[in-house]
Amino acid sequence: MALNRISSDGHPLMFVQGNEACVQGALHAGCRFFAGYPITPSTEIAEGMARELPKLGGTFIQMEDEIASIAAIIGASAAGARSMTATSGPGISLMLENIGFAYMIQMPIVVVNVQRGGPSTGLPTKLSQSDTMQARWGTHGDFTSIALAASTVQEVYDMTIRAFEVAEHFSTPVFLLLDELIGHMREKVVLNKHDNQAVVKHAFPEIPPEWYLPYTESLDLVSHPAPFGKGYRYNMTGLVHDRAGFPTSIPAEITERLETLRNKILKHKREIWQLREYYTEDAKYVIIAYGSAARAARGAVESLRLKKTKAGLIDLKSIWPFPDEPIKEILDRCNIKSVIVAENNMGQLIHPVREMLGGSVKIASVNRYDGHPLEPQEIINVVKEEIYA
Amino acid sequence: MLELSDVHRYLRWKKRFPTVWCPGCGIGSIMGAIIRAVMDLNISKDDVALVSGIGCSSRMPVYVDFNTLHTTHGRAIPFATGIKLVRPDMKVIVVSGDGDALAIGGNHFIHAARRNIGITMILINNSIYGMTGGQVAPTTPLGAFAHTMPYGNIDPDFNPVELAMAAGATFVARSTVYSIVQTTNYIKKALQHQGFSLVEIISQCPVLFGRLNKMPDPKQLLKWQKDNSIPLAKAKNMSPEELEGKIITGIFREEDKMEYTQRYAELVKRVQSELED
Ligand SMILES: Cc1ncc(C[n+]2csc(CCOP(=O)(O)OP(=O)(O)O)c2C)c(N)n1
Ligand code: SF4
Repeated sequence: MALNRISSDGHPLMFVQGNEACVQGALHAGCRFFAGYPITPSTEIAEGMARELPKLGGTFIQMEDEIASIAAIIGASAAGARSMTATSGPGISLMLENIGFAYMIQMPIVVVNVQRGGPSTGLPTKLSQSDTMQARWGTHGDFTSIALAASTVQEVYDMTIRAFEVAEHFSTPVFLLLDELIGHMREKVVLNKHDNQAVVKHAFPEIPPEWYLPYTESLDLVSHPAPFGKGYRYNMTGLVHDRAGFPTSIPAEITERLETLRNKILKHKREIWQLREYYTEDAKYVIIAYGSAARAARGAVESLRLKKTKAGLIDLKSIWPFPDEPIKEILDRCNIKSVIVAENNMGQLIHPVREMLGGSVKIASVNRYDGHPLEPQEIINVVKEEIYA
Repeated sequence: MLELSDVHRYLRWKKRFPTVWCPGCGIGSIMGAIIRAVMDLNISKDDVALVSGIGCSSRMPVYVDFNTLHTTHGRAIPFATGIKLVRPDMKVIVVSGDGDALAIGGNHFIHAARRNIGITMILINNSIYGMTGGQVAPTTPLGAFAHTMPYGNIDPDFNPVELAMAAGATFVARSTVYSIVQTTNYIKKALQHQGFSLVEIISQCPVLFGRLNKMPDPKQLLKWQKDNSIPLAKAKNMSPEELEGKIITGIFREEDKMEYTQRYAELVKRVQSELED
């Protein structure tokens, strides 16, 4: 598969595609169950899992469709396995009802979306970031989602592991938003493989079965339903339920359930937020981007800096919940004139940016949606317009 | 003092009763049959996962004291597939209505049968959509009435037994709520079977199917089940015309074939031994 070398401090090195780095990250995180359905540009993840999981005694299954795939990984997680699926926009669209089910029953799963152009079959082999909002609002109902991102192959590896940690910590689905470029691009990855131990462990209840209520939250508001078949017999349902897991129509219980689903994430969003700054200390023009758009933006910032333009970049590693506070802190620190949102879509990330800034700072945008990556020059042009505006 | 039956030990009766089911509905009898089967086989409650979709039938998880998962409409089988693959040692039961299993969930049903994964599927066939108030189901007989077939059903119905056999299920049986002892026996056999097992149980929905089709009394529907049931052995000597509208009951297939999770375990063994070489 890859050219294996050892780094100076003893970690294995690989030169691989983003999708293969995702496989390696998942396995390192302890993923032992994958169910999926082939779709470009995510298929290499399923193929990698089909090859690697049996070696580790884990389970791979190609299901009859994406609805079945997401259901199978939720079932597997309920039975105690760390589990994941990977797909692209059309597959996510099919999975959404059951992703909502996983929010409701509070089941940790990782869902990788290697984004391609849409709507519909769209642009199967071309990159896009047009599912950014889908990862926030995709399924029906009120809920709060978590989505992480990566803009290098190394980060695909790291953020896949992170996705499992976050999913387990909050006992909820986590999206990893990649795109065709990141998924298929090859770069060097340093694997964190000093030990073969799975890093993410499943939480197990500390109280005896007689007293067990699956949805009594600890102080951090997160419930970790016990794995099936371990003596804790209880009910899980997609209906709004009480602490014991049974359907309820009592207003106070309904409110408690829905607020807990939201607050367990929002009260701890600082633990999820992650971003990378480039040249922001004294920046007047700050680009906000993620994934492959952030790669173009980095190129743009480097060129602009050579010409003494004070440009900077905030490369988001967590998209939802939107990291408004850390971005604002950065912007407050620098001598900001404009914010430029760079995206491979018609403008999605720009909405939370607008909400965050509320007119206090000028916002410009660069959008490309023809299936091709943004060129640094396109971003440079917009920064220049801002300078002369 | 209330004398508790053995069945009570398998029910979450203290808090969860009465059930949502209408008086005279057949689903409760089927719940009893499942419990008796598990009890007779001495299977520990901890080792049973009962998974359902959405519908009146799919409300069963609330009431039985197993590991219970009430999922989304039509999708119980793939959820159960995930559980079974991680815990092949557990008895995984899917309870499904006919719409749940054959309309929205039809694809999952045939693929689980094809894989021959060790899931026991209890298909509660009441010929109608109960939960949503009496719309046509893939099992509604031609000419019968439903709220979305106000002029009589023109959609030919599925035969779940034939469908399961064609797809590769290795244990396939049909019974009725009227013959509840036979039903319990079939469920017992299905639970002991390695591989995908289907027990289709003809049930009564007096409130919707019954009322819409001039059999509002549950007794009428049970009598209809009794009068129209033909044991498989007898049916073999009857013509298709004679069997029109009849319920053929019995075990249609009982076959020893490698179960899917065993097949997967063998694959893992083979891959791992090749790694060692
Ligand atoms: C995706 C989706 N579509 C539709 C529904 C509405 N719905 C709930 S139960 C049901 C059908 C119930 O009929 P059946 O499966 O035969 O079960 P029964 O209620 O008769 O036991 C439908 C259509 C739903 N819950 N989810
Ligand atoms: S509507 Fe029909 S199937 Fe549903 S509970 Fe009532 S009688 Fe039973």
